Amino acid sequence: MAEDIKTPAPLPPPEGEKKPTADAATAPPVPTKAAAPAAPAKPAAPAKPSGPVPLPWPSPMVEKYRNQYGSALEGQSYLGQNYLSVKNELIPNILRLLRDAEQFDYCVDITAVHYPQREKQFDVVWILYSFARNERVRVTTQIADGASIPSSVSIWTTANWLEREVYDMFGIQFDGHPDLKRILLPDGWKGFPLRKDYGILQQDKEWVQINLGIESGQ
Amino acid sequence: MSAPAKDGTNNVERLEPSGLDRDSTGRGVARDEGGGHDLTSENPDKTYLDSNELIINMGPQHPATHGVLRVILKLDGERVLGAECVIGYLHRGVEKIAENRTYTMFNPYVDRMDYVAAVSNGLGYCEAVEKLLNVEATPRAKYIRVILTELNRIASHQLWLGTHALDIGAMTPLFYTFRDREEILKIFEKYCGARLTTHAFRIGGCQYETYAGFEKEVQKFLTFVAPKIDEYEALLTSNRIWMERTKNVGVISGADCIALGVTGPVLRASGVRWDVRKAQPYAAYAEFDFEIPIGTNGDTYDRYLVRMAEMRQSLRIIEQAVNRIPEGPIMAKVPKVIKPPVGEIYHSIESPKGELGYFIVSDGSTQPYRLRVRPPSFVNLQALDIMVRGLLVADVVAVIGTIDIVLGEVDR
Repeated sequence: MAEDIKTPAPLPPPEGEKKPTADAATAPPVPTKAAAPAAPAKPAAPAKPSGPVPLPWPSPMVEKYRNQYGSALEGQSYLGQNYLSVKNELIPNILRLLRDAEQFDYCVDITAVHYPQREKQFDVVWILYSFARNERVRVTTQIADGASIPSSVSIWTTANWLEREVYDMFGIQFDGHPDLKRILLPDGWKGFPLRKDYGILQQDKEWVQINLGIESGQ
Repeated sequence: MSAPAKDGTNNVERLEPSGLDRDSTGRGVARDEGGGHDLTSENPDKTYLDSNELIINMGPQHPATHGVLRVILKLDGERVLGAECVIGYLHRGVEKIAENRTYTMFNPYVDRMDYVAAVSNGLGYCEAVEKLLNVEATPRAKYIRVILTELNRIASHQLWLGTHALDIGAMTPLFYTFRDREEILKIFEKYCGARLTTHAFRIGGCQYETYAGFEKEVQKFLTFVAPKIDEYEALLTSNRIWMERTKNVGVISGADCIALGVTGPVLRASGVRWDVRKAQPYAAYAEFDFEIPIGTNGDTYDRYLVRMAEMRQSLRIIEQAVNRIPEGPIMAKVPKVIKPPVGEIYHSIESPKGELGYFIVSDGSTQPYRLRVRPPSFVNLQALDIMVRGLLVADVVAVIGTIDIVLGEVDR
């Protein structure tokens, strides 16, 4: 089923199948940072004050680092979950500080989000946990397409596979990674599937039909 | 069979992050065999035949890899110098699928990740979306969720025990565990019609009301299975062959586990008392009295003991839950069309394998803008390399089994 709703589909969607995100009647409030890329010319709906909004995160830890790094770092809280938005130059320092000084010794996950309409297209997200504080924090940074980011394998060994998966799915380079290569997809794969401009039909044509000689039924 | 390490601990070298670089490491990490041949090759007389390293592939169609896992083993004779996992054979692009489905449509897909613990997957997903929607399931739904999830934990551990014991050479436990797991699957089948990919929960509550006699059947199961767990233990816990094959095999320290992000029974068997159910309680877990069993040595035997104790703790939780299921609706008030407000959320639960997390980014539409699954099996499998170094090939099978991976979840 060619239901390629959120990505700019290589093929137009079948007749009569309406893209829900482009439906003017139900147009969601235009998000500040997450406009769905495929939605063509969304009418600027009046911003509904729907749901909770990110609040500042009052924390001595954030205060301390804000004094040190100024506006390059921002602490926020959404639905009780705290996160730090950090300029990418600060990333290795902040991550190391969080582990060594703040006891965030367990790196739960590293992942990324693609926002093709932004100048800096990718959000890279570290989800950290501290056993001592029983607290989670997310660290996010924005990087441009083609830019690279220092690897955190030397901080948490678990970053090895997690960064490889981010590279595999988004094509984000991690400087200093010991073995940055594809992990889930075959080595000869073209493109990075979790980018928003990668349509699900593309993978059918590019790899499945060529290598397996079958119709995947998409 | 490998002789136990003399001090029962890991080589300090394994703590180094560079210890993962398998090309630069090598012979130094081998275990002191006390009489066996010396891998450090300082004594060439003891190196048999050929000192060249041998690379062999184990899998992807190897029965002991529990699915389509391929392990490239670097061997010196029968001794493992390093292991590299090649994964992705079962990759279905679950995260991409999520971006092209609505929140409700994606719900059944999560059952296909860890297919032996589908209920846990569903619980994690539903709770994550509920958090994003800022709603909470009803008390009755939470209790039903806890009962089914804990039943599923027992089923998952039973399947693990049966296959793990079979890998090591004990065939009987497989028949015992599958016989008893069947009773759990019957309860699932009666509840939702499915045995494995249950899709038991909905965003906001449960898919179905419990059937008539549900509580009775669960209680009957509790009294049925408690002596069965003793039976498994009678077969294995002090079985000499079992102990020889598992004690001091695949040792990993608590510090290594934390650095590698390893969670679940593997972490707890290494002496770290941490469980998401206790640390950051979700569903109704805060209301129940249970303990977190831990091990001391972090070897395959301790992981076995931890999982056996966990099954008993699950029985305790189910017993408390089933005796006081509150009355009330099973669904909270959620909109018919799930449209969470713009925002990001991370929510995790303790699946039978470890911390299972969902990171969801909403752009305010009916579909997730990005959905990331933090799979415990994937992260835990990364520890295989340091766990098998210095062991024999036959022990690799034991270690793969003891991590308890499900390839559907590793590859997603």
